[in-house]
Amino acid sequence: MKPEFQIISNFIEKNTRVLDVGCGDGILMEFLKKNKEIDIRGIEISKNNAQKCVGKGLSVIEGNAEKDLTQFPDSSFDFVILSQTLQAFLDPETVIKELLRIGKKAIVTVPNFGFWKVRLHLLIKGTMPITKNLPDEWYNTPNLHMCTIKDFYNFCHDRNIKLDKALALHDEKTSSINEINLNVKNLSAELGIFLIGK
Amino acid sequence: MNKNVEIKNLLVKKQLKLDCGQTIQDFPLAYETYGVLNEKKDNAILVFHALTGDQFVSGINPITKKDGWWSYAVGSGKAIDTDKFFVICANVIGGCLGSFGPSNIDPKTKKIYGTNFPVITINDMVNAQFNLLDFFEIKKLFAVMGGSMGGMQVLQFVSNFPDKARIAIPIACTSNHSAQNIAFNELGRQSIMADANWVSGDYSNQNKNPEKGLSVARMAAHITYLSKNGLQEKFGRKLQERDNLKFSFDADFQIESYLRYQGSVFVDRFDANSYLYITRAMDYFDLVKEYNGNLSKAFEKTKTKFLIISFTSDWLYPTSENKEIVIALNAIGADVSFVEIETDKGHDSFLLNVPDFLNTLKDYINSSYLQNSL
Repeated sequence: MKPEFQIISNFIEKNTRVLDVGCGDGILMEFLKKNKEIDIRGIEISKNNAQKCVGKGLSVIEGNAEKDLTQFPDSSFDFVILSQTLQAFLDPETVIKELLRIGKKAIVTVPNFGFWKVRLHLLIKGTMPITKNLPDEWYNTPNLHMCTIKDFYNFCHDRNIKLDKALALHDEKTSSINEINLNVKNLSAELGIFLIGK
Repeated sequence: MNKNVEIKNLLVKKQLKLDCGQTIQDFPLAYETYGVLNEKKDNAILVFHALTGDQFVSGINPITKKDGWWSYAVGSGKAIDTDKFFVICANVIGGCLGSFGPSNIDPKTKKIYGTNFPVITINDMVNAQFNLLDFFEIKKLFAVMGGSMGGMQVLQFVSNFPDKARIAIPIACTSNHSAQNIAFNELGRQSIMADANWVSGDYSNQNKNPEKGLSVARMAAHITYLSKNGLQEKFGRKLQERDNLKFSFDADFQIESYLRYQGSVFVDRFDANSYLYITRAMDYFDLVKEYNGNLSKAFEKTKTKFLIISFTSDWLYPTSENKEIVIALNAIGADVSFVEIETDKGHDSFLLNVPDFLNTLKDYINSSYLQNSL
């Protein structure tokens, strides 16, 4: 199991309502359903994945998070999860706003473009970085708005979005991110995991 | 119609107050079942049929001798597996396959009702079928499902009986008929009424049958069940058993011949007045208005789990209308899933062999049943 899933699971309290935005084939939903007593829903843009989820009996609607989150009332979920999807949106800023409108808390995970291997790839090879978390070529990547841990940290800070928790993940090890170690974590971590609130 | 075929009939003794104000009682409700009701009685699925459907969902229809209308989906090992589930389907009231309808004899006049039959609604159809739960002593259905008008009945059922089904699957339907839907139905009705043999609906008493009118109604409706691409791919401008145009009004094109055939076989199995009554019921269906403009209110009391399914090429009940139901359910935090199936088979997709649709349906039903019995 992805260590990311375990961290997300630790963030979520029992008997809560959870929405997984961009739930893929439902693997995180299944994991959380098994480990937590929660009421979990999903939204997924790919027809194939949405059908897979529904086939597993998961409550998933096929839809585009950039348009279809509007149908959920304010604070209708305790937690809204956005796992490694933020960078694929046309308008990530609006999506974050929506997450914080429909969820009391949001859990956002960000593949870190500031990770040293990514930086080195660009520096040495001079081509767009391809890594475990960023496996696509520049011309077919779904990622439109790559950012770094530091970018997202500053993004939240500038908009007065509360960072309840900020964790850096590297080699299955997690550590806290704070103002002081931000530059270090931005270099050493592959993934940033943030619990944010209004 | 072959009157020698034995049709299962429930005589409903309970009074039923219709939306039009009349009350009916001691009326027949024709039904069919498939599979076995288990001891816990928790494996029953009530399937609702569409406009021209009937209770013969699967196997060979004893009247038409053709496959049941949902044979692709219902049967042993199929999406709705009759080895596991007990499937019930009833002919809607207003219909013509054994349930109380306009071709029945009016006890008052001793003549066939015709247009003296009360106007019925989707709500009336659903309330009539609810009697089947008492009859089979089923406390709670595992599922209610249906496509098109069957989907409307699913929505009405859950709204009327919020605690009587674990899951609900409305397919390719709407919460209220659009102007376009009403327009097409009116076209069909006017076609029937324009036939001199309709004689104001009294044709059966006069040994007549408005076959031409009913057949044209069916032809027009049939076009709305298909997609432009589907039609083009299947027929294009292909000619019917000829090399050249005949410069006449014969069926030169295959599509003409196909539609004529669809019309002609339909009149053998369907009653023109039933067509009027059932299309009227569809037009009157408006669950949004019933709940004062707020569809969510229709489902406020229910814990039923929903799966809504639409089809990309369905322009009669397009995805946008199906999505309105999803949105209404999400607005109240109801348990809802939704998929739009990619296909060029149009509205009829739910009746056809569309693997993505049938597989999703099958897996959802089976996994939901397991979840429920845990």
